[in-house]
Amino acid sequence: MIRRTPLALSVVLALGLSGAAQAAGSLNFANWSDYYPPELLKKFEADTGIKATLDAYDSNETLLAKLKAGGGNYDVVVPSDSFIQIMVQEDLLQKFDKSKLPNLANLAPTFQKLDFDPGHDYSVPYLWGTTGYSYDSAQVPGGKLDESWGPFFAPPAELKGKVVALNSMDDLFPPAAFYLGIDRCTEDPQEVKKIMELLSQQKDMLAMYNSDGTIERMAAGEVAMHQQWNGAFHRAKEQRDSLVYVYPKEGISTFIDNFVIPKGATNVEEAHVFINWMMQPENIAAASNFAKYNNAIAGAEKFMDKALFDDPAINTPQDKLERLRSFKLCSPKALALRTKVWTKLKK
Amino acid sequence: MSTPRQLAERRQLLRRLGLIAPGMAMLAVFLVAPLAIMLLVSFLQPGEYGGVKWGEYSAEAYISFFYERDFDDNLVFNTDYLGIFQRSFWLAVATTVGCLLIGFPTALYLALQSEKKRNLLLFLVTVPFWTNLLVRVYAWMLLLRNGGLVDGALGVFGVPEGSVGLLYSSGAVMIGLLYSFLPFMVLPIYTSLEKLDWRLVEAAFDLGANRWQALKRVILPLALPGMLAGATLVFIPALGNYIIPELLGGGKALMIGNLVQLQFGSGHNWPLGAALAFSLFSLVLLALLFNGLRQRGQEVRA
Amino acid sequence: MNLQGPLWRFTGVRPVAWTFFAFLYIPILVLVALSFNAGQSATLWQGFSFKWYGVVANDPEILRAAKNSLIVAVCATLISTCLATLAALGMHGRRFRGQGALQGVLGLPLLVPDIVCAVAILMFFAFIGLKLSLLTILIAHVVFCTPFAYLPIRARLQGMDPRLLEAAADLYASPWRAFWRISFPLLLPGILSGAMLAFIISMDDFVITYFVAGAGSTTLPVYIFSSIRMGISPKINAISSIMLVLSILFVTLSYYLGQRKR
Repeated sequence: MIRRTPLALSVVLALGLSGAAQAAGSLNFANWSDYYPPELLKKFEADTGIKATLDAYDSNETLLAKLKAGGGNYDVVVPSDSFIQIMVQEDLLQKFDKSKLPNLANLAPTFQKLDFDPGHDYSVPYLWGTTGYSYDSAQVPGGKLDESWGPFFAPPAELKGKVVALNSMDDLFPPAAFYLGIDRCTEDPQEVKKIMELLSQQKDMLAMYNSDGTIERMAAGEVAMHQQWNGAFHRAKEQRDSLVYVYPKEGISTFIDNFVIPKGATNVEEAHVFINWMMQPENIAAASNFAKYNNAIAGAEKFMDKALFDDPAINTPQDKLERLRSFKLCSPKALALRTKVWTKLKK
Repeated sequence: MSTPRQLAERRQLLRRLGLIAPGMAMLAVFLVAPLAIMLLVSFLQPGEYGGVKWGEYSAEAYISFFYERDFDDNLVFNTDYLGIFQRSFWLAVATTVGCLLIGFPTALYLALQSEKKRNLLLFLVTVPFWTNLLVRVYAWMLLLRNGGLVDGALGVFGVPEGSVGLLYSSGAVMIGLLYSFLPFMVLPIYTSLEKLDWRLVEAAFDLGANRWQALKRVILPLALPGMLAGATLVFIPALGNYIIPELLGGGKALMIGNLVQLQFGSGHNWPLGAALAFSLFSLVLLALLFNGLRQRGQEVRA
Repeated sequence: MNLQGPLWRFTGVRPVAWTFFAFLYIPILVLVALSFNAGQSATLWQGFSFKWYGVVANDPEILRAAKNSLIVAVCATLISTCLATLAALGMHGRRFRGQGALQGVLGLPLLVPDIVCAVAILMFFAFIGLKLSLLTILIAHVVFCTPFAYLPIRARLQGMDPRLLEAAADLYASPWRAFWRISFPLLLPGILSGAMLAFIISMDDFVITYFVAGAGSTTLPVYIFSSIRMGISPKINAISSIMLVLSILFVTLSYYLGQRKR
């Protein structure tokens, strides 16, 4: 008996350990495809011993609908800022245990306190960007355009059929409101009517509404002007040097994609480990280098590709910072008016 | 008292119902029941940012299909949705007709090959569809765009480059839709035609029939069930398709499919989305009912 | 047998069929060619390279997605084709009361827009407490594949005298034997067509699959649609080409098996 005890003990210990390893076992992570480097996930597995799977989804809207309809057993997902408040309101997210996220201290000062989640109770930034527009200086008259939404919403006649807008009203409505000096969350039908008129005039000049393939269209010079995310612009410019990214003076929307833990996540512990691990400068920088978007971690610039960090489209210059407009959640009434504009625009 | 004949017929009917039962059970549990929930959703108030408010009933979604408040706050008849329905409808009709015109001769050709070759060709019809829709559409974009391969090929024949503007036109949408739906027409017609006894056609010719008569009297009647099945498999899915018009047509006009999708996404109006789907549904049902009545009328007359 | 001969009477048929096949395969050639692109883009040619095949080989997510797609498509095809064959046999014969309604239910999955079907099924799964996984995807796929398998088989049966099948069935001791000896060979072209249509519908579905997918069960279409935001890369062409090669292997294999049987 006496001799057996250590054996029994070691068996118990071994079981306990393997149990612990299993508890640290797995993480179900969902993100857009090609928005997270596969090598980084392998590094995470090597660093922590947690086995991670990466699933894909195509849009914030479908992610929200799926979570609302009661689906998805993901541990970490990456919705944009515009969806965080809604998800919190609808009780779809878990509150962080911040004692497990010491790396929150690594957040750059501008990202320490964000309107949509002031205390980082539910979300931590992954990557962020801006939704401006770009043009091909070789194709536009005079080779240079105003830093304004003007050339985009009322393009010069030569560019008819050479301008593309993003195919989403949440991308198109706010800049139209900025340009006209109207509150983007307006509930006044008369103001919305003005935006509607601006968009229908612009529609005649457009080649198409399309959010896919923006990089190729600009890189190939197929069109002269494109509403675009800055990371996509960066990739297009790598292939065509005459492209220019515009920070319109009337204001430009920013987006921040965030790590959150949905209600119903099964591996909450691992989710915290993952989110904390991602806030280390070298890890988040690897994600930036892969996806070509900037991040919110101080000190990450040391690990970022120089070409990426030096691109003013990615790393917003000081004098343009005041043009950035962070997301604002509009009332259901205002959003219903937006949907109406979109339906009428494309009826 | 039932006669033995009636008993046998009843047993026969039970046997047939037994054959139908497994498929029917599957669809009843996993489609009809979920759709019943959806029907309920269409009569509820929308939640603020998607979802519904359970227990708060309203017929708002169906009313807003016909009436809306315009920007000047007047209650007006809403033509937007009807317009979108009409556009999708005609596109689906055109796709179905196009598929019939190309699909029928192709199916006839397949049916007239030797048995070995027949199955091989049949597989060849479906091989391209092992790739994803999006990749195929991208390949077409590459072919059709200005300076693309088709444009270049036309250039060889002296058509100036970029003058045709193939991509982002209704022509491109049509090509994309035909490409996606042709197998759904070819295969059902083929299955009907495959049992064609060519000697019947020969006999018709021997009796002095010309090509059109042989086609009309012998081949078409045999192909008809396949053509109907194919038309169903093309028309209804084409009605709901929106990805191809969106990508190849330039996305300037909504289709039923993305109108419904919009309500479940950034429109945050699930009841309206559900109501639009059920309206579409009733329209098709009415059309089928009308067709059924007409057929029955014809049978009675005959 | 002189089957080629009579075609001369219908001069248009052969060219149309050949045009059809050319139409079908030209984009496929483009797609495969671009999988060898050295550049980042799926639509701009920048030189020849095998690099994207390497990228695919080292990307566990995309390989898993392809595997999931194949598993779901094969299982959904088998199950829905079986259900559809039985239903088509049952529907064949004298009309009975309520047959129209049953017919309607069989066609129902065609009629419901994807997104409505997706949300409805997901809400139902949540309601009955079924955990999302590969199985829930399979259930949904069987549901929407069934009409695609059913209609060609039904079309095949139409015009056949039901008494013929019944009389033949009487010749055999068990209905099971009667089915394999008589009905199955008669129906084979219809079953084959139905199965192929069910397969390609399953391989292409994105909306419904996404909604009912549990963690770890991303399929290829979900993966591909989700990469739109970052731009489709030749990686997607590479995995598509691999799928094409698989399909050709499959065709060749079944062709030779068919040969050997004879």
